[in-house]
Amino acid sequence: MSTVESELKGAKYAGTRVEQSNREVAELAQRTSAYKYGWETLIEADTLPPGLNEDTVRVISAKKDEPEWMLEWRLKAFRHWLTMEQPTWQKPDFPPIDYQAQSYWSAPKKKPGSLDEVDPELLETFEKLGIPLDEQKRLTGVAVDAVFDSVSVGTTHKDILAKRGVVFCSFSEGLRDHPELIKKYLGTVVPANDNYFAALNSAVFSDGSFCFIPKGVKCPMDLSTYFRINAADTGQFERTLIIAEEGASVNYLEGCTAPMREKNQLHAAVVELIALDNASINYSTVQNWYAGDVNGVGGIYNFVTKRGACRGRNSRISWTQVETGSSITWKYPSCLLQGDGSIGEFYSVALSNNRQQADTGTKMIHLGKDTKSTIISKTISAGKGDNSYRGLVKIMPGAENARSYTQCDSLLIGDKCGAHTFPYIEVRNPTAQVEHEASTSKISEDQLFYCNTRGIGPEDAISMVVNGFCKEVFDHLPMEFAVEATKLLEVSLEGSVG
Amino acid sequence: MLDVTNLHAEVENTPILKGIDLHVKPGEVHAIMGPNGSGKSTLAGVLAGNDAYEVTEGSASFLGEDLLDLPPEERARLGLFLAFQYPVEIPGISNAYFLEAALNEIRKSHDLPELSHKDFMERLQSRMELVNIDPRFADRPVNEGFSGGEKKRNEILQLAVLEPKLCIMDETDSGLDIDALRIVAEGVNKLRADDRAFVLVTHYQRLLNYIEPDFVHVLFEGRIVKSGGKELAHELEAKGYDWIKTEVAASA
Repeated sequence: MSTVESELKGAKYAGTRVEQSNREVAELAQRTSAYKYGWETLIEADTLPPGLNEDTVRVISAKKDEPEWMLEWRLKAFRHWLTMEQPTWQKPDFPPIDYQAQSYWSAPKKKPGSLDEVDPELLETFEKLGIPLDEQKRLTGVAVDAVFDSVSVGTTHKDILAKRGVVFCSFSEGLRDHPELIKKYLGTVVPANDNYFAALNSAVFSDGSFCFIPKGVKCPMDLSTYFRINAADTGQFERTLIIAEEGASVNYLEGCTAPMREKNQLHAAVVELIALDNASINYSTVQNWYAGDVNGVGGIYNFVTKRGACRGRNSRISWTQVETGSSITWKYPSCLLQGDGSIGEFYSVALSNNRQQADTGTKMIHLGKDTKSTIISKTISAGKGDNSYRGLVKIMPGAENARSYTQCDSLLIGDKCGAHTFPYIEVRNPTAQVEHEASTSKISEDQLFYCNTRGIGPEDAISMVVNGFCKEVFDHLPMEFAVEATKLLEVSLEGSVG
Repeated sequence: MLDVTNLHAEVENTPILKGIDLHVKPGEVHAIMGPNGSGKSTLAGVLAGNDAYEVTEGSASFLGEDLLDLPPEERARLGLFLAFQYPVEIPGISNAYFLEAALNEIRKSHDLPELSHKDFMERLQSRMELVNIDPRFADRPVNEGFSGGEKKRNEILQLAVLEPKLCIMDETDSGLDIDALRIVAEGVNKLRADDRAFVLVTHYQRLLNYIEPDFVHVLFEGRIVKSGGKELAHELEAKGYDWIKTEVAASA
């Protein structure tokens, strides 16, 4: 039943373009069927009028009952942002963003006190997205924080986690219940003035997730945040802060979707990870924001700053990302390898079909001795998509015996897409070992024909070859996410043949 | 089951096949022999549906269907199998996954239910035993890092799992040492059946020491210039292809 509903709601968006031309409608309809999450939840929302000034920042802070220091932190970021220019060095091309034309706050009117009091409409929304929140149906092996536009609507399994001292809650609750931890760590990995979008986020961030894994605790279940953009003409600015103390470990997963709209929407998040001595954080993302239609109309601008600090000895941070959605993806999940013997990893699959553009990669900054980094990037370009890998491996003078290995593979489907690689390597210590391998290939006719002669049709053959190409990255995803990622690739590749 | 009549095909405007007639009935084994460049692999490719070749004249029907009208995957689902001379690598995809997907596509086209993963694995296991293949093949990526001999044996495994009606084997013997050749040939012999035909495309007679053909055809300059029983293969082995060339030249 939910499928029919979602198709109907998706069709509503298709309907607004019907007048334009039959061809476009046919194409949009095709896209509608491919993107399963393009529907909208009709819910009464408290939405700030469009516009951005100091008052906007004050209102957001007041809505969240924040302490004074938090407001000051935001205002400082905002004032700094005003002095900055939006960067222009990126490969993706897009028209100027009117920061006054969007709203910076939209939240469902009914404020839930606990999960039991959440608006049924919201519960239904997340259930349709495959993330049931209520006690009977919720996922058992994973705790979920569900973020809807500007606010977290609920977090599951908090009780089980609390028994082990693990804190997993919305950022707002974190600020209320653990202000000392947030004050200690917030902005220490991604400073508020780090870059244009991080500064903007620091000024207007609304919610997000906060995780704290205390000393010696192996988190008893995976933690996950699901981000849903629902309101139109609203930006989503959330922050995630994860702290793993000495010897702690955690697997964190994030997923996201948004309705299909003709206007672009900005999603500018900041994620900070901190790993102390011997701590380990695995951070996995399956990014499936609305990608726009075949002509590049609509879709999310996903401009995100993600960075982890391996502060402690032998700490480890591993980023795995599967980026199939968004009109533009622009992000570099990075690692600061400060602790001796610390390890940073980046495994990425980025797919650009139709008119999608991606400029993504990582930065591995080696500061400590015997630090290691591994970068495996797989990009797939199809249709008129454009995909860039951009990466920096930097070995600082104190990083004795640092090692880094990079492998960048690009796969092209068709002859109208693009793949680019911009690797930067900076070595300031002669004991470093840095390797870089790169390959670009077109999907081979021989491989497709071989699959065809075994009874596998052209579209399935492409998705099989592409999935094989991505295997090294998918192997780093938790099982359920890997299955999801495989399916997503299939859907995202639809229409890439011929 | 296969009726090829006056088949002409070219690649990049160069005619390669210049009127092939070939009729194969269920249960038969046909060997197509010929010197390099005579059009053997082109014939195999045209029948399997490789669009690198353009058919300019003639017809080919398979089990009553116009073969040339069908895309390669539909030919495969109908029961045609091409064992490649150079099997293709598909990195990251395991043999088991690949074969399960292929078999289920074929089953779906015949309105048969998809096999459960468990049933498929049992079937794969039994076929591996039948054609004497190391069980570790199942988890290895399709042909990636395989030796030449392993790739050819993998083709035989696919044949055993997919159970086609017509198997076209394109120079399956090339590049094999004598032991690998024997294993491959034994596999084929085990898979011979009353309702299954084989077309063996080969340069050398040695494969035919292990797989006994019912018919031998000599392909030369895009035409079948001579057909006979298995003794023709021995004659070719003894006299070489020059003998055929002279005969063709004389009759022209």
